Amino acid sequence: MTLYAVQKFLYELNRTRALQTAYEEDRHAVLEPFDLTDEETSALVEPDIGKLFHLGVNGQILMHFAAFHQIEWQDYLQRMRDGIADYGPVREGVYAMTTGLDDVVAPVHQSSEGSAS
Amino acid sequence: MSLVFAGVCSHAPGITGRAHMADPDVRDRFYDAFRQMGDDLRAAKPDAVVIIAAEHFANFFMNNMPSFAIGMADSYEGPIEDPGWLGIERRQVPGNRDISQRFITEVMKGSDIAYAEEWKFDHGIMVPLNFLTPDYDIPVIPVNINCQGPPLAPLERAWAFGESMRQACEAMPERIAIIGTGGISHWPATPDSGKINEEWDLDFMDRWCRNDKAALLDDDAYNDLKVYADAGQGGFEIRTYLTVSAAARGAKGVVHFCEPIPIFAVSCTVATYDLATV
Repeated sequence: MTLYAVQKFLYELNRTRALQTAYEEDRHAVLEPFDLTDEETSALVEPDIGKLFHLGVNGQILMHFAAFHQIEWQDYLQRMRDGIADYGPVREGVYAMTTGLDDVVAPVHQSSEGSAS
Repeated sequence: MSLVFAGVCSHAPGITGRAHMADPDVRDRFYDAFRQMGDDLRAAKPDAVVIIAAEHFANFFMNNMPSFAIGMADSYEGPIEDPGWLGIERRQVPGNRDISQRFITEVMKGSDIAYAEEWKFDHGIMVPLNFLTPDYDIPVIPVNINCQGPPLAPLERAWAFGESMRQACEAMPERIAIIGTGGISHWPATPDSGKINEEWDLDFMDRWCRNDKAALLDDDAYNDLKVYADAGQGGFEIRTYLTVSAAARGAKGVVHFCEPIPIFAVSCTVATYDLATV
């Protein structure tokens, strides 16, 4: 029902290994105790990183959820941009986007070390 | 004894987790400065290191959010993040419950704080320790200032908290070091990650080095709305830096490194106070 509930679930998930295991086994079941809308539930189940950012989830919580799903850093940033393009500006919270949709603000250094791409 | 070392440093997770994505020249100069800070810290022979971090929902949430909290345990686990993602192995970090308890008791004489006998370290503490005490052989006293979930403590209260910690150091027989971590301007974990206001950072660090209380608490420059506009939500972490200023009690500072590394999301910063200047 609220951004608070979405973030509370992610906070618990990020720090509780047993909940992570339960989430992997049955995503809908672990969300049951939380007062969430269908939109919020589907974003957490899919997971739809762009939708969660659009809803206003704090990036410090969201980036760990993305890492848990093995989403690589540059992909994580792009998914949030796609969320703004698809759903509109961040609805609430302090983690709004301030750069343009196509801006490149954290370029990856291309070097002989090779693993940057 | 008293305060034997005081400084600040960055703690962004990309510093270790995205090391391979940075320009190796600037990255390695930053790493060298960070490790030199560690050498200087250990040369001060502290019995415990107070790490003032802005933690990121590893332990505290908006159901019961303390403005200021201090850990009180014999050991702490970290990092809470995926070790591969952060580039730091999970381990037990030594604390010292006895030193923490006496430190907290003294701090409470000047500031209202929470204490915690459980504390999972996130990148805010683990990244600095990776460079400063790589052998994890000095007990840590973790400190958190809420810089994530507004309303946030006013800067004046963060300053008073720093003064309380200095008084606590002086009331104890142990040699204590204080390290503030975080900042400075950044828009972390958003599509804006990598955006850095370098001019704002350098101006803040100039005020920090001068240890100018009025300039550091300047409400025109550093009210939350202005900080959010000029320095992003990550800018709220200046609280950790100016708390160290207050603890250093008039000492002057030196910036050893302060350069933007966008893939690390911040102006990577290493700075210390010369406690002999007061």
